Amino acid sequence: MKPSRFIYHAPTQIEEVLDLLWEYGDEAKILAGGQSLMPMLNFRLLAPAHLIDINRVKALNQYSLSDSGLTISALARHRDLELSPEVELAYPILHEGLTNIAHVQIRNRGTICGSLAHADSAAELPSIMMALDGQMNVRSKSSRRIVPAGEFFRFHLTSDLDSTELLESVFIPSMKRNSVGAFDEVTRRKGDFALVGAAVVGTWSERGTIEDCRIVCSGVAPTPLRLLEAEELVSGTDLSEEVLVAVQQLVMESLEPTEDVHTSAQYRKKVTGVVVRRGLARLAEQRSVVNV
Amino acid sequence: MSEAVELDPAEAKMWITVTINGSKGTYLVDQRLTLADFIRKQVGLPGTHLGCEHGSCGACTIIMGDKAVRSCLLLAAQADRESIETVESLAEDGVLSPLQEAFHANHALQCGYCTSGFLMSLVARLREGPIESEAQAREALSGNICRCTGYTGMVAALMSLPTPNGQSGGAQ
Amino acid sequence: MTQLSEVRDLEKTANLGTGMLRREDQRLLTGGGQFLDDLPFGDFYEAAILRSNYAHARILSIDTEAAKSLNGVIAVFTASELGPILKDLPPKVTNPKLNYQVRLPIVKEYARYIGEPVAVVVAENRYIAEDALELIEVEYEPLESVGSTAQALKEGAPPVHIGSETNVAVHLIQQAGDPEAALKSSPHVLRETLHVARGGGHSIEARAVAARFDGPTQQLIVWDNTQAPHYVRQMLATIYGVSEDEIRLIAPADIGGGFGPKAQFYGEEVLIPWIAMELNHPVKWIEDRWENFISATMERTQTHHVEVGFDDDGRLLVLKDVFEHDQGAYCVGLKVPTITMSTLPGPYVIPNIHSELISCYTNIVPTSSLRGAGRPQAVVAMERMMDRIAEHLGLEPAEVRRRNLIQPDQFPYAVGLTFRDGSPLTYDSGNYPALLDGVLERIDLAEFRAEQIEARKSGKFLGLGLAMFVEGTGIGPYEGARVRLTNTGRVMVSLAASPQGQGYETVYAQVAADAIGCDIDLVSVRHGDTSFIPYGQGTFASRITSTAGPAVWQASTQVKVDIIDVAASMLKIDSGELVIRGDRVEVGDDPEKGVSLAEIASIANVGRHGMSVARNQPVAIERTSYFKPSQAAYSSGISAIIVSVDVETGKIEILRSILGHDCGTVLNPLLVEGQVLGGHAHGIGNAIYEEAKYSKDGQPLTVSYLDYALPTAMEVPTPELFHVVSPSPLNPLGVKGSGEGGTVPLPASVANAVEDALRPFGARIREIPLTPDRVLAAIYGFQRDET
Repeated sequence: MKPSRFIYHAPTQIEEVLDLLWEYGDEAKILAGGQSLMPMLNFRLLAPAHLIDINRVKALNQYSLSDSGLTISALARHRDLELSPEVELAYPILHEGLTNIAHVQIRNRGTICGSLAHADSAAELPSIMMALDGQMNVRSKSSRRIVPAGEFFRFHLTSDLDSTELLESVFIPSMKRNSVGAFDEVTRRKGDFALVGAAVVGTWSERGTIEDCRIVCSGVAPTPLRLLEAEELVSGTDLSEEVLVAVQQLVMESLEPTEDVHTSAQYRKKVTGVVVRRGLARLAEQRSVVNV
Repeated sequence: MSEAVELDPAEAKMWITVTINGSKGTYLVDQRLTLADFIRKQVGLPGTHLGCEHGSCGACTIIMGDKAVRSCLLLAAQADRESIETVESLAEDGVLSPLQEAFHANHALQCGYCTSGFLMSLVARLREGPIESEAQAREALSGNICRCTGYTGMVAALMSLPTPNGQSGGAQ
Repeated sequence: MTQLSEVRDLEKTANLGTGMLRREDQRLLTGGGQFLDDLPFGDFYEAAILRSNYAHARILSIDTEAAKSLNGVIAVFTASELGPILKDLPPKVTNPKLNYQVRLPIVKEYARYIGEPVAVVVAENRYIAEDALELIEVEYEPLESVGSTAQALKEGAPPVHIGSETNVAVHLIQQAGDPEAALKSSPHVLRETLHVARGGGHSIEARAVAARFDGPTQQLIVWDNTQAPHYVRQMLATIYGVSEDEIRLIAPADIGGGFGPKAQFYGEEVLIPWIAMELNHPVKWIEDRWENFISATMERTQTHHVEVGFDDDGRLLVLKDVFEHDQGAYCVGLKVPTITMSTLPGPYVIPNIHSELISCYTNIVPTSSLRGAGRPQAVVAMERMMDRIAEHLGLEPAEVRRRNLIQPDQFPYAVGLTFRDGSPLTYDSGNYPALLDGVLERIDLAEFRAEQIEARKSGKFLGLGLAMFVEGTGIGPYEGARVRLTNTGRVMVSLAASPQGQGYETVYAQVAADAIGCDIDLVSVRHGDTSFIPYGQGTFASRITSTAGPAVWQASTQVKVDIIDVAASMLKIDSGELVIRGDRVEVGDDPEKGVSLAEIASIANVGRHGMSVARNQPVAIERTSYFKPSQAAYSSGISAIIVSVDVETGKIEILRSILGHDCGTVLNPLLVEGQVLGGHAHGIGNAIYEEAKYSKDGQPLTVSYLDYALPTAMEVPTPELFHVVSPSPLNPLGVKGSGEGGTVPLPASVANAVEDALRPFGARIREIPLTPDRVLAAIYGFQRDET
């Protein structure tokens, strides 16, 4: 389990990274945290001719929190954001998701942008990013574009990035006043990828109803899956027990999940509704905490 | 067939300067050499072990900078200008550190192959703060796999370490 | 001569019975372990192995030219270059009825599982060797394949071995009493089909072999992290056609876990040393994890069709079990299924038994023993049915067990079957009611049942599961130890067997020091090198304590006699008046008068060149002893598990785990508990987490630790452990094995606990491990597509 040969590049400027991507495109891979890429290299599932290590690009190693939102650059590591009290306060759901990723040794190296670009549909961050309506700032030598999280994940392990593009940063808009979120998942062991997971976000109105609810599931489809019907069912309600039971039932009846080596489609069909319900129940619990 | 092989028949190499267990050195490394293989074979510190080479078992855990990381998921090239600590740094003149001593006293190792990785994970964790409950101990151990001990001795070892208030973790 | 003594009273021994801390730890804690790939081999070439990526295929051609021309590649070997060693790797345990199929070190024509060696590349380093693997072109003719016992045994199934009419490897039946008649006349009969899935050993250090031909001594030196160095040497000597003295096999001082797969003999062990000789240059092969997943032997896959007949009181009248066992592509040995056959009856009086094995070939990597070795499956069959009997009669499962237990006064107890060692299945000693009582002292059943009913009201489902077992350990044929007094006055104990973390350097120093009566710091223990002692068998089947232990005891006792006799001669005093204290032999009532062990060594071993020695004075204080047990010694135990099951997600939380264990005399409680605790973790893995999955045609689906779930510290609770001590009469130490007992009952007890928790749903647990998927399937009855 040793990697194939490659030419190693260690640029220090973003422009250099983009030049290298422009030049080598399909033959290159970006090495950020390496916690998904390196296993694939060691297994020789991937054998890029060029490896572009962005760890020396200081400009990419940052995140910033402002009134409008959180910008996370390509090298910001899981652990950096997990340990930030400001991030935890502003986006409790993101913090919760981060603590569920693998183990601390992996989070010490793994990056937020790397996880998103890897686009594992069973991972925590893609569904959380969709639930928070994040935006992907994608850049190549010739262009910049902003891709909404909802359009970024194309298939399991396939993102919208083309071979010359770098996910330079992601932007997560500030959560509205009285917005709440929760992440719930079932894993076999602590730190594993989700058998099923759900990121739910909503805003408590002054009338005591949940509004703008977003429900995004991990592990049930080739991409994170937004459950629009379920969102519609719960939005405008008070998330009473009745509503929770109804949404669980709806998800169970309507979902056609995928099967893989980890669990059956029937399992996912049964349990996705459960994690959605549990996530929403936690939004209901937080109603008393927010200022309604 | 790997294209890289066709592209360049010679192994691409580079110079790196690394501080390992306090001593700084400059090495010519193959660009694709993993940090684990570099430490084990080129530096000659075989106490860091390889168990899975895909980041799951934790046997190769070392400290780079101030963080516990998997050395099988890093390249030696990435360690350029970094500071690295391995299991060989923990005892001084053969005198075990309190953590090592606690492992010994609580039969926290059997075959010992995974032990280096556990120790380095725990050294990094203990620098962040004391372990004060069994739940914290288990969380601290959960990124490494041991197949021999059932973890009981390791949990006991961590609970036996003194905390800042002078009590052992197990007292609570 | 002094009579050889027995150890029966550990209170009178200085070292035995104490939880002495391990001598091995210092080097292992400081990164100074001597694992095979940590040894300073220098310029050894490194090998990588091309493995079949077809579950069944005929190889039409192999083109290695491109690989050979790669910079840094030394050589590439395929079957056509390895003619002299294309010899059968015979099964370790066989049977005349076996549908025998040859297993070669490397594929000659037919590849029969994904992972089977096809070519070996030798290069300057492993990176280049792996590059070269990608340049080898193999033309395969794919053939139909089978990926499970169910597939293999189907009418018209494709043959794993073309030319064989059946995929059945062996069909064996053992009986006691008249089971058919008893089934007909039993007032109650229950039937069930129970399946246990594949799992692996997963020692964190994978396999490794290195070899060098030493020109000056004309000896082949092989380093191999095997559990059985002498066995490997013997196999190599046979295959290479040389005498055993021409091969020195060294199992390094440290081996990173064994658990069974490293006790088997593999093609790689034949290939690497031979290639080193062919190239006249040292070569090493370090198995990586991917290779380990697809080429190291595994275990567990069995499907049991079990019937029990019993009376109105729940007393067993008959047990009938017909089970299918997955042998894999070749028969590495029949030990696992034959152990299953005889482990079934467990601690119970069962007058009529029918135990029937249908073992078959599949296109999957072969199976062999793995911590537990066929016992966990047998215990699942028996103990799941004990719970069903209790349910059927409305009795407590503990009560049904109590009514059927063999009583302490019934030993030796002849079950009426034969064990895998070939001897009658006769339990030597035990106290099974004490094991059950030990659990019942720790769990108040009435209290638990009340709590269970109360918890259900709030949607919490608790369950209690028990499982008891009797485990054959300490099997033959023999194990050896050599004990000698060195020139520095120290005692050197050399063992044939190699340890993988069990602490031999500590516990056998305890045995030798107590046998001799010297200071334990004077005793050194080394192991695993065929040059230390000529014969041995190896570490497997929980056998070393009760075979090597007595051998060390015997040899040390003889050495003590020699030491005292030499001292008597030196001091011109009757040996009866002498005692060994510290590093001296002294006159009992006059400690000033004595000689040191170093002086004794100088007189007896070094001697004076050419001079005669007094008639009664022993020379060359070195004793080698081989202990040969008359039969297996039977350890026993009980597991009690309390779980909480999340009936919405199928997740299982273990709230309590209690383990009662009886392995006879406990020489070092620290080490014994370590063995049991480690086994317990493996058992939790087998019960809930670990499963090697294959597609219907034999494609492995779980080849990384993301897909194959080993339990971490978050999943394994600390069990409450208690010991019952029933010394074995079969050896002078009274010991039995402890390496596997922690694993054996867990799959059954966890399954019993989960089914107990889910009784309100009428859920039936029939498959293990208990993944969330299986638990929900059992509750809601949805069909799973089991292959």
